[in-house]
Amino acid sequence: MSESESLFNSGILTDERPGAIRPPCDKWKAKKSGLVIVECPQRIPCNPCATSCPTGAILPFEDINDTPVIDYEKCTGCAICVAVCPGLACFVVDLSFGKDKALYKLPYEMLPLPSKGDSVTCLGRSGEALAKGTVEAVIEPKRDKTYVIHVSAPKEFANDIRAIKVGG
Amino acid sequence: MTDISTDILVVGGGAAGLSAASEAASCGARVLVVESDLQLGGQLVKQTHKFFGSKDEYAGTRGYKIAGILLDEIEECGRGVEVLTNATVTGYYAEDKTFTVMRGEDSYSRIKARRAIIATGASERLIPFPNNDLPGVYGAGAVQTLMNVYGVTPGRRVLMVGAGNIGLIVSYQLMQAGVEVAAVVEAMPRIGGYWVHAAKIRRLGVPILLKHSIKEALGGRVVEGAVITELDDKFNPTGQERSVDCDVICLAVGLSPTTEILSHAGCKMRYVPELCGSVAERDRTMRTSNPDFWSAGDAMGIEEASAAMVEGRIAGLCAANSLGLPAKMEKLDEYWARLDHLRAGEVGEKIRSGIVKVSRGGWEACCNE
Ligand SMILES: Cc1cc2nc3c(=O)[nH]c(=O)nc-3n(C[C@H](O)[C@H](O)[C@H](O)COP(=O)(O)OP(=O)(O)OC[C@H]3O[C@@H](n4cnc5c(N)ncnc54)[C@H](O)[C@@H]3O)c2cc1C
Ligand code: SF4
Ligand code: SF4
Repeated sequence: MSESESLFNSGILTDERPGAIRPPCDKWKAKKSGLVIVECPQRIPCNPCATSCPTGAILPFEDINDTPVIDYEKCTGCAICVAVCPGLACFVVDLSFGKDKALYKLPYEMLPLPSKGDSVTCLGRSGEALAKGTVEAVIEPKRDKTYVIHVSAPKEFANDIRAIKVGG
Repeated sequence: MTDISTDILVVGGGAAGLSAASEAASCGARVLVVESDLQLGGQLVKQTHKFFGSKDEYAGTRGYKIAGILLDEIEECGRGVEVLTNATVTGYYAEDKTFTVMRGEDSYSRIKARRAIIATGASERLIPFPNNDLPGVYGAGAVQTLMNVYGVTPGRRVLMVGAGNIGLIVSYQLMQAGVEVAAVVEAMPRIGGYWVHAAKIRRLGVPILLKHSIKEALGGRVVEGAVITELDDKFNPTGQERSVDCDVICLAVGLSPTTEILSHAGCKMRYVPELCGSVAERDRTMRTSNPDFWSAGDAMGIEEASAAMVEGRIAGLCAANSLGLPAKMEKLDEYWARLDHLRAGEVGEKIRSGIVKVSRGGWEACCNE
């Protein structure tokens, strides 16, 4: 088993696969409010991302086990999917946010809850600290204790930052 | 000893049992639900995470909220459904078709029921290793009960054994409760649970060590650490060992269906590895080979709450129908379509191949006696 395969088998995305495709670069850079990034590469019986996307950007599943396919033309970066996905596998990254900084809209279900203005540590897929970020907004779209935290952090980690650590 | 009688006895008040009870009651049956625990809901009340599945099975809703939805449904049945909690069905005496139930610590009753639906769920498996009797070695179910029902953290730093969905989800819940997870060890070369559940804890820094298992627990009077070992392709230790600092060892190595009552009732049983144990043969209506007994949920094979609820509805509907009550049997096809849907994927493949081994076509004929 190759190194990258065993990493993947332990829950770390190592490359693009069906259900975990990156948005096309040019569209992504230009898109105000950002585009969705879904990292859900396994066929599982689950579909709330598709059924709750207000614009139909996550294409309707024919079979509940389908992996998500995205129409980036329709995605508004609203992050509803970020809040509803039970796998915490949807993220939005807005590259239009600033010159050097992107706005990361990440799901968060831990304690403590950060507040606007707090400095947090941005984590990669294996929990490695990548950069410091600043909390720009704390939103609870569905009022169901899954928060979407808007964090500004360096753009260069657009393909890597997927979680935050608050405090410590 | 008191005597109780009912049309349909439902043993177990989890996802399957509650769904069965409300379905049967909606057909006009008098239903009695008997539940060992102090409250209804079964495994669901401990699940603080959002569930998968489709909208019909409340996908995206947290487990304990689904329990709430089912309880509201039971409430709406009014007097159609009676409930005994803190009451355990201890046996079935086929000669006089009587169940015995222990209520609390010392009071017993006899129950006579025309039909029974066994929805007793599952029990946790444990694995042997030196010092596994030290305080601090827990099953994942106990850890969940402590944290999510009683609000008590089990310790400071946990070694999780098993990367199936339960091991992955309980690891995440431990972190939510502020407990550190030192590592998850998994004997197989890949996680057994959903990939997204693994990714969730990986990105918070928890190592998942594939082809690793626990060798022994360390400590004199309580767990003070553990030794883990790497395994080769044949699951033999390679000699690569290391110690882990932890005060809790949490075992999430699988569940087995709870089927004693079905055995008492003489239902034909069969060992099916894909369903995680010995389970009853069943027809399309979830009826067993004993024509008075139906079963549903984890008791019929370890699966998911989403499937348990649908199976429960099938059992409730068909048990009521067998009593000559006005059951809308056309719903059976719809329920099966939902089950087929849930089981269509990669993960459902195992379940499907297991179910084929215990499905029998012939008993449906006796549905309307
Ligand atoms: C950590 C974890 C995470 C899970 N996550 C998901 C998920 O995301 N999605 C999903 O769909 N499913 C999930 N499940 C699975 C789901 O919880 C179970 O499949 C489901 O609860 C099974 O329902 P059931 O009614 O068959 O059994 P249970 O919920 O176990 O209920 C059985 C009940 O029967 C009672 N009982 C047993 N014997 C007796 C007796 N003799 N007399 C009286 N009462 C008795 C028990 O006390 C229990 O309350 C998860 C399970 C666990 C442990
Ligand atoms: S961000 Fe909004 S529009 Fe884009 S996929 Fe998610 S829910 Fe749909
Ligand atoms: S809701 Fe999340 S876990 Fe479910 S299919 Fe969509 S992306 Fe995957």
